[in-house]
Amino acid sequence: MLGFPTNKTLLRDCTDGKKVKGLRRRNKGLKAKRTVSTLILSKNLIEIMGNTSSMLTQYDIEEVQEHCNNTISQQEIVSLYQRFCQLDRNSGGFISADEFLSVPEFAVNPLSQRLFRMIDGLNFKEFVAFLSAFSSRATLQHKVEYIFKVYDSDGNGKVSFSDLLDVLRDLTGQFISEQQRELVLTQVLEEAGYKKDSTLVLSDFMKILGNSGLKMEVEIPVD
Amino acid sequence: MELDLDRPNIEDYLPTDSIHEPLGKLRLRDLLDISPTLREAGGAIVDDSFTRCFKSNPPEPWNWNVYLFPLWCLGVVVRYGILFPVRVLILTLGWIIFLSCYIPVHWLLKGHDKLKKRIERALVELICSFFVASWTGVVNYHGPRPCARPKQVFVANHTSMIDFIILEQMTAFAVIMQKHPGWVGLIQSTILESVGCIWFNRSEAKDREIVSRKLREHVEGADNNPLLIFPEGTCVNNNYTVMFKKGAFELGSTVCPIAIKYNKIFVDAFWNSKKHSFTTHLLQLMTSWAVVCDVWYLEPQNMKPGETPIEFAERVRGIISARAGIKMVPWDGFLKYSRPSPKLKEVKQQAFAESVLRRLEDK
Repeated sequence: MLGFPTNKTLLRDCTDGKKVKGLRRRNKGLKAKRTVSTLILSKNLIEIMGNTSSMLTQYDIEEVQEHCNNTISQQEIVSLYQRFCQLDRNSGGFISADEFLSVPEFAVNPLSQRLFRMIDGLNFKEFVAFLSAFSSRATLQHKVEYIFKVYDSDGNGKVSFSDLLDVLRDLTGQFISEQQRELVLTQVLEEAGYKKDSTLVLSDFMKILGNSGLKMEVEIPVD
Repeated sequence: MELDLDRPNIEDYLPTDSIHEPLGKLRLRDLLDISPTLREAGGAIVDDSFTRCFKSNPPEPWNWNVYLFPLWCLGVVVRYGILFPVRVLILTLGWIIFLSCYIPVHWLLKGHDKLKKRIERALVELICSFFVASWTGVVNYHGPRPCARPKQVFVANHTSMIDFIILEQMTAFAVIMQKHPGWVGLIQSTILESVGCIWFNRSEAKDREIVSRKLREHVEGADNNPLLIFPEGTCVNNNYTVMFKKGAFELGSTVCPIAIKYNKIFVDAFWNSKKHSFTTHLLQLMTSWAVVCDVWYLEPQNMKPGETPIEFAERVRGIISARAGIKMVPWDGFLKYSRPSPKLKEVKQQAFAESVLRRLEDK
């Protein structure tokens, strides 16, 4: 198609290479070079072909669905694609910090910075996989793993006391002093049978959070 | 929870799921379970009420079968090949007539201010009519025609700069606008100056006080044109209204609401200023079939005793939204250009902190 980043490039180029932090924005080719004439012409081509969701082929939808273990339905993937394109204003193939923080409801969330670190630079396939934890079809295991990943910012599979403290600080801000936070955390850990300097792994999280239902479902609006 | 007097309490609109009342003693599980906060973030990523306000809604393509497609092609030929040149011709003609009358009047009648003003007002109305004709604008005006009376301001919902042109062709308003670059800015500083327009710059911090002073001065002036204000402060897509700025509502004058609703079947009149320039927007309008809209001049409102300017603004917004059939959204339009205030995040943090401390006490 004239100049538009095709679905194939959005899915392929970003997943085959490893995501390297700091080596920002490979695939400058994704930024379509447009002139006014191609714009008008391509706009009319879209009018011919129907709405923009037809830019995502059935093959792509199934690939994304498989990548997130069938937790998201095909219609939801199409909806999410429209949302992704809406947020990705400069059509770079990923959503940048500015674009995420331009959603006020996301920017005022206390955990926005943490989540942003996890979602930064993801292409559409990874974006859907990231959101699959919020699906009603996601397993409890999946949700607990997700929460674990939010805590484990350095990705070493262990959540230390300082990690727990960091998240608590994000959630409570300046309304509890640092000392009080440490006290609360130590007390609660000891009651649960963990020492202050012990590190938690995924199985600990499963044990603590596993038995009571986690309510973490988000409904994806489908047109 | 202290209320920020600059805006209504957003907590009334946002879901308060994260502030559910947990029971019993604080356990490790309660601190580790961040799922409510995560759910809110996930919900915001998937869909949020603010971005919805600025989504363009192009008309649905209807050319999906072999019979309609040639008709559509014919339509394109007619629109771009016949209508567009005719419209450009009409517009050029209008500009020639306008400039040939305006420039002499502006320079030659320098002494006779009253007469000059009347003629310039009529000329501005004329050029606006030419603009509206160049899009084949079909505007249904409902309600009494506005007249220039002292101590009154007009407020309207905002979809595009053409709102101003549509309203201006009926009555010569003085308007308060963002200063734009390019040819629009040139027109702003020359011609619109004569109807008495006020400029502001969103990016200037101190600008607000200067602007409110200018507003006050204008409203109190006896023979100034009636003032038109778009309190949303930015273009919204005509399906929603964002919060009104209270500046127009604390001048102590009568507020006359105007509701504008565009018919989407013909063209999407929303000017998505992040996506394209005003020139592109005008070209888009000139290559569509028509611009059809309804304008309702509604009953003038006064501030009720004991009402704050914010409440007054919200009440008028409710009246306009109800008349135009559009939804209200609790966000400030300027969030398009800036980040939300950290106070909103702090409200959530404070609520969580208090619940943690309270449950700690529960032994």
